[in-house]
Amino acid sequence: MHIKWNALAQTAGISFGVTVAVVAVFALGILALSRREAALGARQAADGQASGGRPALLAGAYACFALCAAAVAYGLVLIAAP
Amino acid sequence: MEHISFLVAVVIITALAFDFTNGFHDTANASATAIATGALRPKVAVTIAALLNFAGAFLSVKVATTISGGIVNEKAGVHPEIIFAALAGAILWNLLTWLRGLPSSSSHALYGGLIGATIVGVGMNGVNFDTVVTKIIIPAVASPFVAGLASWGATKLAYAITRKGGSAVSDKGFKTGQIFSSSLISLAHGTNDAQKTMGIITLTLVSVGALPHGALPPTWVIVSAGAAIALGTYMGGWRIIRSMGKGLADIKPLQGFASESAVSTVILTSSHMGFGLSTTQVCTGGIMGAGLGGPKPELRWSLVRRMVYTWGLTLPAAGLVSGGAAALARQGAWGVALVGAALVAGSAAMWVLSRRERVGADNVNDVAEVTPIEVTPIEVTPIDVVEVAPVEVTAAAPATAAPTPASTTVAA
Repeated sequence: MHIKWNALAQTAGISFGVTVAVVAVFALGILALSRREAALGARQAADGQASGGRPALLAGAYACFALCAAAVAYGLVLIAAP
Repeated sequence: MEHISFLVAVVIITALAFDFTNGFHDTANASATAIATGALRPKVAVTIAALLNFAGAFLSVKVATTISGGIVNEKAGVHPEIIFAALAGAILWNLLTWLRGLPSSSSHALYGGLIGATIVGVGMNGVNFDTVVTKIIIPAVASPFVAGLASWGATKLAYAITRKGGSAVSDKGFKTGQIFSSSLISLAHGTNDAQKTMGIITLTLVSVGALPHGALPPTWVIVSAGAAIALGTYMGGWRIIRSMGKGLADIKPLQGFASESAVSTVILTSSHMGFGLSTTQVCTGGIMGAGLGGPKPELRWSLVRRMVYTWGLTLPAAGLVSGGAAALARQGAWGVALVGAALVAGSAAMWVLSRRERVGADNVNDVAEVTPIEVTPIEVTPIDVVEVAPVEVTAAAPATAAPTPASTTVAA
């Protein structure tokens, strides 16, 4: 009997790495969003109006979500690959 | 198609029935965590899962061309009777575990059924035991740990990252993320599991000469298999959804997202590497990891223990029932008819039992209201097994009843 320990270990390693990476990036995106929300809230409290809006944080959040979407798209390609 | 005899038609219908039970047994894999955290309303969650399971059926026929990944030696003489017996055992085991709210593996039930029926109908040489160990047993033991570890790590890290953010924003964000991560599980599930039924039907058609050797599944087979699994998914295995979503741990949106991401990744990576594994077991592992990685690590170990026993039993129990069914079915037309009658009677009995303590979309999250089911189901279920396999009854009945204590449904 031939057990492919190598392939098993590889599968386990890749699964772990990809999961932690994707979730961490998504969490960073969420963190950016909630920082922006907090900043907007603080400014609103000071000025009495919500304007401006920290474009860097918003762009960072969207970049994170785009990375996650790319990972999902790659997963879909893997399923559908002939 | 003019070669399709009555028996072949019965096998095809039974295969679609198995596909249907597979669908509602596994709805929980994708939707349990999304429903438990409130990311999706129960009906919406199962509708999305059903649509994506159907779509998944069309993505690939890679698995379908080699039925069960070479576990059964197809050239050793697999007849429609044997396939029918295998399906009967798998369906009965799926229904029994669903009745008890236990997420067991539909794939293992099918493999066990095939193995048991082949041993009885063809002999030991009909089964490739090497493949059983390398392709089923080892991945089955390893995959829940891998998914659990990945989910645990992701949960820890995500909590560390978002600790300084507002919790309202992050709950909303992770709930949105859950919609995507659970959808990916549904799609992967449709691709994997609908193909198993396509493979069974194709194998049956090949075995009677209606299709040439090595033929791809015809379009009507792909469509009907996809439709059967989607319909089953839409019915919703609410009992299992409740066990997985609310029974194992209290899952927050972040944990649900981490668990679902881990599950999708593990399923996609391993099917790419050629390991057939059970989505159900991977999912349970993921939820456990997320539960243990949370701020207040906790798991309901009694349910975990019960699930693990069931996993170990699935393959041999389905094999025993199918073996008994194969012994009957090979006696001729009356044997097949008897197995068919027992299958219908057993399924109907379990459905009737399930109505006594109904779990549906409306009460799937209300764990507190659940009163433990009394001993009655345990007393009745062995009778179903008796009808199917009189030969095996002494072995099968205690095996199915023994490890499950009297209180069944998860009463928090």
